[in-house]
Amino acid sequence: MFVLLCFQSGPASLTTEDLSTNANGPKQASLFDDDPDDLFAEATEEVSLDSPDRDVLLSDGPSPAITPMTPPTSVITPRIGHAHDDMFTHSSFDEFCCVLWLNVVFLVPGDGMNAYMAYKVTTKTSMSLFKLREFSVRRRFSDFLGLHSKLASKYLHIGYIVPPAPEKSIVGMTKVKVGKEDQSSNEFVEKRRSALERYLMRTVKHPILLKDPDVLQFLESSELPRAVSTQALSSAGLLRMVNKAADAVNKMTIKMNESDAWFEEKQQHFENLDVQLRKLHASVESLVLHRKELSMNMASFAKSAAMLGNSEDHTALSRALSQLAEVEEKIDQLQQDQANADFYFLSELLGDYVRLITAVKGVFDQRMKTWQKWQDSQMMLQKKREAEAKLQFNNKPDKLQQAKDEIKELEMKVQQGERDFEQISKTIRKEVGRFEKERVKDFKSTVIQYLETLLQTQQQMIKYWEAFLPEAKAIS
Amino acid sequence: MLKATLKTKRLHSTQSVSDTPHLPQLSREVKFTVHTKTTLSSFQKPEFSVPRQHEDFIWLHDTLVETEDYAGLIIPPAPPKPDFEGPREKMHKLGEGEATMTKEEYTKMKQELEAEYLAVFKKTVQVHEIFLQRLSSHPILNKDRNFQIFLEYDQDLSVRRKNAKEMFGGFFKNMVKSADEVLISGVKEVDDFFEQEKTFLLDYYSKIKDSTAKAEKMTRSHKNIADDYIRISATLNSLSSDDSTANKKHLEKMSDLFEKLRKVEGRVASDQELKLTELLRYYMRDIQAAKDLLYRRARALADYENSNKALDKARLKSKDIPQAEEHQQQCLQKFDKLSESGKKELTSFKGRRVVAFRKNLIEMAELEIKHAKVRSSIQLYYICFIMCTNELQYAWGICKILCEQI
Repeated sequence: MFVLLCFQSGPASLTTEDLSTNANGPKQASLFDDDPDDLFAEATEEVSLDSPDRDVLLSDGPSPAITPMTPPTSVITPRIGHAHDDMFTHSSFDEFCCVLWLNVVFLVPGDGMNAYMAYKVTTKTSMSLFKLREFSVRRRFSDFLGLHSKLASKYLHIGYIVPPAPEKSIVGMTKVKVGKEDQSSNEFVEKRRSALERYLMRTVKHPILLKDPDVLQFLESSELPRAVSTQALSSAGLLRMVNKAADAVNKMTIKMNESDAWFEEKQQHFENLDVQLRKLHASVESLVLHRKELSMNMASFAKSAAMLGNSEDHTALSRALSQLAEVEEKIDQLQQDQANADFYFLSELLGDYVRLITAVKGVFDQRMKTWQKWQDSQMMLQKKREAEAKLQFNNKPDKLQQAKDEIKELEMKVQQGERDFEQISKTIRKEVGRFEKERVKDFKSTVIQYLETLLQTQQQMIKYWEAFLPEAKAIS
Repeated sequence: MLKATLKTKRLHSTQSVSDTPHLPQLSREVKFTVHTKTTLSSFQKPEFSVPRQHEDFIWLHDTLVETEDYAGLIIPPAPPKPDFEGPREKMHKLGEGEATMTKEEYTKMKQELEAEYLAVFKKTVQVHEIFLQRLSSHPILNKDRNFQIFLEYDQDLSVRRKNAKEMFGGFFKNMVKSADEVLISGVKEVDDFFEQEKTFLLDYYSKIKDSTAKAEKMTRSHKNIADDYIRISATLNSLSSDDSTANKKHLEKMSDLFEKLRKVEGRVASDQELKLTELLRYYMRDIQAAKDLLYRRARALADYENSNKALDKARLKSKDIPQAEEHQQQCLQKFDKLSESGKKELTSFKGRRVVAFRKNLIEMAELEIKHAKVRSSIQLYYICFIMCTNELQYAWGICKILCEQI
């Protein structure tokens, strides 16, 4: 087993005292003026901390809840524990210490389509924000969607990048509900569980979102009101669709005078990133598919070679051919596992980021909307001032007073508009900085994990072929 | 001593501006040069070369098959037509997708295309050469007059080919059609050896045909993965050139990694093809040739039995007895001759097969190990790079890892 090692360079002084203070203001600054090279210092298994939670996290992943659903055998589950280590060390550096994971519990029976999958969300934390250190709740998929929609409505328009929730999938869910306990529905459940877990972790890593009462309620309270507005065909759903269309039209018509080069550059950057990530995602998906095909073809070749070995009447050659069949079969299993790793590490990560970038672009759009509002109020003010001047000229005292009042109101509105615009611009700058930092960490740790799997696969392949070689040489 | 080797020239289009290889449309566009070295006095010179086309090999094979005297021998299978369909399809796709690719992606795909083209070339040369080598090492076949002509005649063989076609006109080919049926049904086998061989060869043939097809599919999957790596590498490259954060170096390195991996993957695919798929394919054809021998013998047996019946009839009618007797004697002689040489040929065939499998399986295993090791060390290097910030740490890291591995 190849052991990854790394070592800490920087001074990262991680003390447990920091973990309990709730100092929001000054600490936040440290998030953004890090030396980029220091990022390397954290992503290791050997960082020595004396946090009390450390030991628990180093144990291999969460204790699985007893569930009648058999988890897919080829999923690399121990890795999830590894991911937790990573996130923990990052968070402790930032003072926030909250880790959670999801387990699939069971399919809650209901009549036909009313059955649903329940997930157990377990949180471990040392923050004083929470009542307990460790607690679990049961949630269903629509609860996650409900959480996201609440957060989006509260934070998107002021410029916070709210992580997007996983997408609905009617087909996948239907198969599970119907009770098909086969490979593909197991894979679907695992895929969804993993996506929900990543979604929640991203949400709680956000220092502002973590403190949101909706998030706290989601994590802590045992009962949660059903989020009905998340259903696709509900009136809320339709309203969402209409709004989305309206936004798209507006975006085309708003012509903002961008005075800030930073924003222009960043917007371009995210546009490019979007295109490239989508392309990469498509290529990785193709890779996963082809590797799965390779695995299948190897398996069928192995069978064929075994039959050939049986036919062969020369004993040593026959044995060698059977051995060849065995080697190919083992390697096909390896390739299958590798395909899964390709998928869970690379493909899902890329998919998440494609959606995240959409959220980032949405935030930029919100800024434009805010700017538009401000401009609109300014124009209104201008008009009212002109009207007031006219009234003064025409000497209509009663209407004049009304006009003056309106102007006062509009002046305040304009000031508020300007403040809003400045605030959202500031927030976006911070958010983008944080987002880019997170992105770098995320990619780096995932890439390392992925390379580890590639390496393991190769080491195994060497072993198998080296075991076969003497058999081939033994043919006389 | 008679040694024949094969050379051929890669074709390049003289007209087009780009330097894409000219893919032959017709097999006659592939020109081979057959170079012979010999000490036999039956040849005019000790060393000489002639130009040949694929069709000439086919002509030679067919004339050997149709020569009665060689009925008791396994005639080496004819080399298959040079097939550039794979690279041609790829070139077509490349041309279509050019607009959507970046410059480097296009260059890399072109490299892959050239590599594949080269691989097909190597394969076709190898298989034609093996055909000649089998002939030149066979004690009876290497004395064949037509073989000599093939090696020596420095003019174009196409005139001769046409005459030959008219003479034989696919006579034997029609017989070959129902070979398996003749073998399986009807003829009662008198010799245990041949009975066993028949069962074995029929069964083995179907199994090896299946394995060949499955091996081809595996090779294709490897090639698909190599193509994916190209795309991933190119996209990572674009990402890195756009990136100004700490990610930039990672992305560059990842792009490099995938580029190196795809080269290995491509090598694996072509090695597997040469050592495994080609091996299976060749022996599939060789077994077919062995089956042909068996059925020629079965035919001879049938003829002999018929001649016996004819003799009995003649004796009954008391008419044409001497002719019937002579005919029966001839059939018996032919059958015995075929059985004797057939036995020798089939035994040496088995030995040949075992030796070839052994050699190729060993080579394949060694190559797979080599490639896996190469992949491992590439990945190790990149992991270290990504995890460490400066050269010192990097070197330290490598040392520690290597120690762990020991």
